[in-house]
Amino acid sequence: MISVNTHEQPWREGLNVQALLDEMGFIFRHIIVRVNGEYVPEEAYAARLIADGDDVQVMHLIAGG
Amino acid sequence: MGKILKQIRYTPAKIERGYSNKSLYINVGDLRIEEKEVTEFMKEKFVGGKGFDLWYLWNAVTPETRWDSPENEIVMSVGPLGGITQYSGTGKTLVCAISPLTGIPIDSNAGGYFGPLLKFAGWDALELQGKAEKDLIIFIDGNEGLISIEEGEEYPEDTHLLAEELTARFAGSEEDKVHVSVVSSGSAARHVLMGMLNFSFYDPRRKTVRVKQAARGGLGTILRDKHIKALVVKFKGIKPNLNNPADIAAINRIGVKYHKEMHDLDEKQNGMRKIGTANTILVMNKYDLLPTRNFQTGGDPDAVKISPEVFINQYLTQGLHDGCWYGCTMSCAKAADHFKLLTGPYAGQCVTVDGPEYECAAGLGSNLGIFDPQAILEQNFYCDTYGIDLISYATTVAFIMECYEREQIRPEHTGGLDLRFGNATASLELLHQMSRGEGFGVLAGLGIRRLKQVFVERFGADPKLLEDIGMENKGLEYSEYLHKESLAQQGGFALTNKGPQHDEAWLIFMDMVNNQIPTFEDKAYALYYYPMFRTWFGLCGLCKLPWNDIVPADNYKTDTPAKVPEHVQNYVDIFNAVTGKKIDQDELIRQSERVYNFQRVFNIRMGSGLRKHDKAPYRSLGPVTAEEYLSRQERYDKQLRELQGLDPAVMSLDEKIAATRAYREKQFELLTDAVYKRRGWTEDGVPTPEHLKEIGMDLPMLLEVVEKHL
Repeated sequence: MISVNTHEQPWREGLNVQALLDEMGFIFRHIIVRVNGEYVPEEAYAARLIADGDDVQVMHLIAGG
Repeated sequence: MGKILKQIRYTPAKIERGYSNKSLYINVGDLRIEEKEVTEFMKEKFVGGKGFDLWYLWNAVTPETRWDSPENEIVMSVGPLGGITQYSGTGKTLVCAISPLTGIPIDSNAGGYFGPLLKFAGWDALELQGKAEKDLIIFIDGNEGLISIEEGEEYPEDTHLLAEELTARFAGSEEDKVHVSVVSSGSAARHVLMGMLNFSFYDPRRKTVRVKQAARGGLGTILRDKHIKALVVKFKGIKPNLNNPADIAAINRIGVKYHKEMHDLDEKQNGMRKIGTANTILVMNKYDLLPTRNFQTGGDPDAVKISPEVFINQYLTQGLHDGCWYGCTMSCAKAADHFKLLTGPYAGQCVTVDGPEYECAAGLGSNLGIFDPQAILEQNFYCDTYGIDLISYATTVAFIMECYEREQIRPEHTGGLDLRFGNATASLELLHQMSRGEGFGVLAGLGIRRLKQVFVERFGADPKLLEDIGMENKGLEYSEYLHKESLAQQGGFALTNKGPQHDEAWLIFMDMVNNQIPTFEDKAYALYYYPMFRTWFGLCGLCKLPWNDIVPADNYKTDTPAKVPEHVQNYVDIFNAVTGKKIDQDELIRQSERVYNFQRVFNIRMGSGLRKHDKAPYRSLGPVTAEEYLSRQERYDKQLRELQGLDPAVMSLDEKIAATRAYREKQFELLTDAVYKRRGWTEDGVPTPEHLKEIGMDLPMLLEVVEKHL
């Protein structure tokens, strides 16, 4: 399992940041992704693998309205 | 040109550090025109903008004043930063009055040129009081130092005609049209309680008048009740130093950096320069936040038919500057040009439609079950030119449509209008009825709070169901975000001063998606900080969008990226550079807190503003009906297991709905407790004398009100 925004999510071998965002339905472009506290730039989403037990934070930035 | 009823000459005040230090009072009943001093007390306690509006309004009315009392005022002010041209979003006019819908002060804001031109004409604020017997036009010429009041019966009412005609007349030439701004409403505002104000600016590239709206709370209804057909201001000579700021070099430096951010980052972030706020339609749909069919669900597969790309590719003119005040590189005031109308008195004509903004597409689209961009834009146009607040209209019609489909009202009540979800023709006919002042449209124009009573008392509707599904709080209709899964946003809408408008706080992503504010204390802090911070835009004449719809590239490195710390500091620095004061980020919040608490006490003075008035309809908190529950059954069943330790497998649907409701209503009460405590209020929502003293607002007039409720 991994943690995404403090909620548990299933993990699978080869899971990367882009795949996780797709699976979570996180289509909003204005986000900040951190894996175990480390910032992941957008151009690295596909290459950045997520390991079992990782803590992923996907911060959606707009505070709206 | 109508007969001149009153004309005076004045010497326009010189602006010093953002203030002209004068305000203008006009009584349209007895045609008095007076000049008032803006005092240091006002600047210290209220800053400007909405703060000045509320101060003047408090002094104009009594607890017995109603929206249509002659003493009710429409007050407008742009604030000390309003009118600078070096930073984006600096032309907002704040407007306040006692609202026809809520009976308490409403504040609403608009872009367009009126507020800045009014200040440069020498006036920090404008009070309009009294009631005329016949329609009037008020004209302020800031170059000539002339104010005139003339008869206005001969002019058309609808804004797209009226503003064009007045702009042409008072400009005198094509090149001078950009120096004129008109405030008007429209033909429906005489017949509905949700009338709004249009604020114009002339678009020289399109060669047409554009309009932005101070839409919420029925301000247009009051304007027309006072028989003011339009306000016109003219001022020629806009330049960057007109506010006579203390440090123009600092403003220039901050502005240059910001504009570079906008240029480099907007396309990667929200795309405001292509589509404006409507960029979020499909995002909201994907996250189950797009209100659909009266906030029953948060999305629909048909939402792709009203996607941003549809509007960009088929309707919105691209590549033109769309700022609603000088210097705004966000340029988000998009427009559909050469739009051919299919219905109503202007059918067949081609017009420019200002929009659609997100609220328009969501409100007049998905929330009415309408997924037709032509119909959305046509309703958008008619709401604007008829002077109707499209948010109140959309949320009210969504309520009516659900009542109709649930057979709480029937065709004999609607005059035969088949008001089912998705019937755009019926919605447009309702708008035309509002304009003509006839039929079911006039009834619909009362807004949800009054309609609930009418439907129950006259049509035999179920009062409990209507209380649950009528999306209003304090008498104001909710704006267009589904927020059942965000407890913080439930408070962000209901625990507000004027009612459920998202300009106080929009916390859905922070709360529901990011899970950044999990505890009651976290949510309470967010419902303290963000409403206070966002109130500040209204004190200073600023637009909120440049704060966080674009953020610096390195914003992710900060501890609090949701606050966009660099931009907050920009605002502090610009405030200091204009006014010469030395505030910091804490004092910025404190400035807002003074006005926010003043407004809360004002509500109490008017017979509202207590805990019972902050109650939310259950549709805001959770699933009312079996269909709603079943549409998201997996989610709700999971919550029963994880949050309440119940086993949904052994519960009936009714039991599951009831258990969900009991839990969510309790959560809302706990949130209310936490928020009141954080804001320095009693359990009944009353600011304590100690808190008022702490923030420097222990004024005798406020203490006298709160002490009755302790």
